[in-house]
Amino acid sequence: MSSMTVSPRAASWLQATPFTLIMTCLVMVPLAIIVSVSFMDFGFAEIIPEFYLGNWTDLLRSSLTFDTYKTVFRQLAIVWTITLLLGFTISYYLIFHVRSNMWRAIFLAACAIPFWTSGPIRMISWVPLLGREGLVNQALMGTGVIDQPISWLLYSEFSVIVVYVNMLTMAMAGPIANSMAKISPSIIQAARDQGASEWQVITEVIIPLIKPGIVVGTIFIITAVMGDGFLVRAMSGNQMNTPAVAIMNEINAFQFPPAAAKSVVLLLVVLGMVGLLLRFVDIRKELAR
Amino acid sequence: MSEQKNKGLSRRGFMKGAAATAGAALGSGVITGFPTYWAQASKDITITHVGSIYTTNPTVAEQANKDLGFTVQMQTLDNTTLINRLLTQAETVDVADFGNTSMGYFKNKGVLMPIPVKEYKYWDQTVPLFTQGTYADGKPYSMQGYAPIKSQFWVDESAQEYSPTPTDWLVGIPVMYNADTLGVRPDLVPHKVTSWKDLLGSDFAGKVALQDGVNVGVPDAAVALEAAGLMTYVDKGNMTREEIDKTIDLLIELKRSGHFRSFWTNFDQSVQLMASGEVVLQSMFAPAVTEVRTRGIECQYLPLEEGSRGWYIFQSAMAHLDAGDKLRRDCVMEYMNWCNSGFNGVYFSRQGFYSSVPDLMKAQLPENDYGYWYEGKAATADIIDPFGKVMEKAGAVRDGGSLWDRMGNVGIWNTLMDEDRYLVRRWQDFMAA
Repeated sequence: MSSMTVSPRAASWLQATPFTLIMTCLVMVPLAIIVSVSFMDFGFAEIIPEFYLGNWTDLLRSSLTFDTYKTVFRQLAIVWTITLLLGFTISYYLIFHVRSNMWRAIFLAACAIPFWTSGPIRMISWVPLLGREGLVNQALMGTGVIDQPISWLLYSEFSVIVVYVNMLTMAMAGPIANSMAKISPSIIQAARDQGASEWQVITEVIIPLIKPGIVVGTIFIITAVMGDGFLVRAMSGNQMNTPAVAIMNEINAFQFPPAAAKSVVLLLVVLGMVGLLLRFVDIRKELAR
Repeated sequence: MSEQKNKGLSRRGFMKGAAATAGAALGSGVITGFPTYWAQASKDITITHVGSIYTTNPTVAEQANKDLGFTVQMQTLDNTTLINRLLTQAETVDVADFGNTSMGYFKNKGVLMPIPVKEYKYWDQTVPLFTQGTYADGKPYSMQGYAPIKSQFWVDESAQEYSPTPTDWLVGIPVMYNADTLGVRPDLVPHKVTSWKDLLGSDFAGKVALQDGVNVGVPDAAVALEAAGLMTYVDKGNMTREEIDKTIDLLIELKRSGHFRSFWTNFDQSVQLMASGEVVLQSMFAPAVTEVRTRGIECQYLPLEEGSRGWYIFQSAMAHLDAGDKLRRDCVMEYMNWCNSGFNGVYFSRQGFYSSVPDLMKAQLPENDYGYWYEGKAATADIIDPFGKVMEKAGAVRDGGSLWDRMGNVGIWNTLMDEDRYLVRRWQDFMAA
């Protein structure tokens, strides 16, 4: 037993130190650098360290910013709606209808099967499915539903959203299932005893209780869609520009200052959205429950 | 082997003697008296070579380590990572490969070592594309885009600016080059493709693709726009702002009408687009065409009226070598000489790339392979790629014919435009449209 004692005040400082150091060195300092680079001029793969506002005036005045955000918000809204519906349904089934824990575990594991292969391979394997000569078109033509292959199944907003939904449904279903699993069966039993229909149980008991799960899932979806450039590029055939894609384009051209300005704006937008969500639900309190 | 090393080093010693650096004194001492010591000491040296998937591979690395008295470590990087690394951490690299589209980044940076012409053994045998700025027959080639001669020589040893005329200092040692054109699915096109303008033809609407980017995709589009009579340029490879605006506006119009099926970023995507029949006509790189064919799908790569889009890859050493250990620098020079001496060139020739020293390839490739790849002759036996797969059956003739039939009509070179900044900005608008 050590005889050394530390005052409670010093102890809390000590406890906070590692995290403070990590936040400062790995988050605040790089962020400060990004912000300052966004105010600099640039040449061929070089940053010119002179004060320059051009990156910001272009960003705040051009239609490019409006267009890219319009695209990403539209995609986000669609993806969020679909993943929420799917995530809720899947979780509801798993938690309230699958009785055996083993089957529940097996079904959950099955949801992860698409993630067993690497991202690029998954991206490429959509072509033989959705392509003009792909399985879906062949099936539709074979059954006589269409007589010309549908080209908008691939390299379109449709394919971008299909793949987002495929990738992100688990991110929504997981937190929702987690929240649902915490609901005591006796509460639902009580509602039933009072004569509530299944629909009433869902809307008046379950949904209010799984709000934290929905919020956590929503945060996952927002950060994934807003931050993705890779998937949208591959699935749109490089024909869509979102804020993240625009940043990637500039980084690939070694034009770091405008990419830095765009990154700062994207970060603020995402932080704002997450902050707003957290105002509605106190995740910390709910998760500790 | 040791005799050869000795010879090489004597020449270097002589060269460096003139420079009268401390390193040279050590070097020449080593050379004249102690070749065994040199071989002993170099054993501990590991040089790092970073390059693309086309220039770095385990087979060549293994052979280099067998042939040379030091260790070569190869790393394959994508182009963005590679250039970033050269510009920000050049000291972690000894040898690097890069092409026309990156040449604009090395001016006034001081990261590349000026390579003395005399230290490269095969300069006299190098094709005049690089040494003189002409085709083999002495005729000048198109100067649109980053033509080889525009970035082959440093003005002087300070290695800051490129000289348009030969000097004693090389920016890089030319490794491979080729002439790209449009890949075609002959079984799916409505008519024979003879001009770049077909890329914009309404009968191909929704079935064409371009490389995604301003260094290859935009020049290809510009060649097509000019061929179709929609644009005229002073230099398609280095457009003015006004030309960029007009080009992008025309491309946006085409994009909105659904003309483009896709824009590809990497090799695999371009192969996939063609092999799946999503696209029947697109800008493409030679090995991708080869890959489609090895899957048993017809794919042509034919010369077009407006000429081809030429490109090259240089191999260069990093500037820190000149200031550092002389022995290490010698190893790097020996390695770069080795890279063009045979094995490596034979390997990539069989993928369809051209070596900058074709005479050396002639001496080392089997007659049938040299005939097929370089001379436009019908194959007398099956053509096997470096991975052992049959690429072409006996009797096949390479699309476009011989080296100079294919390479002798370059319309534009892969590029990095002076107005790159503006072009990238407008390309963003195009993508968003």
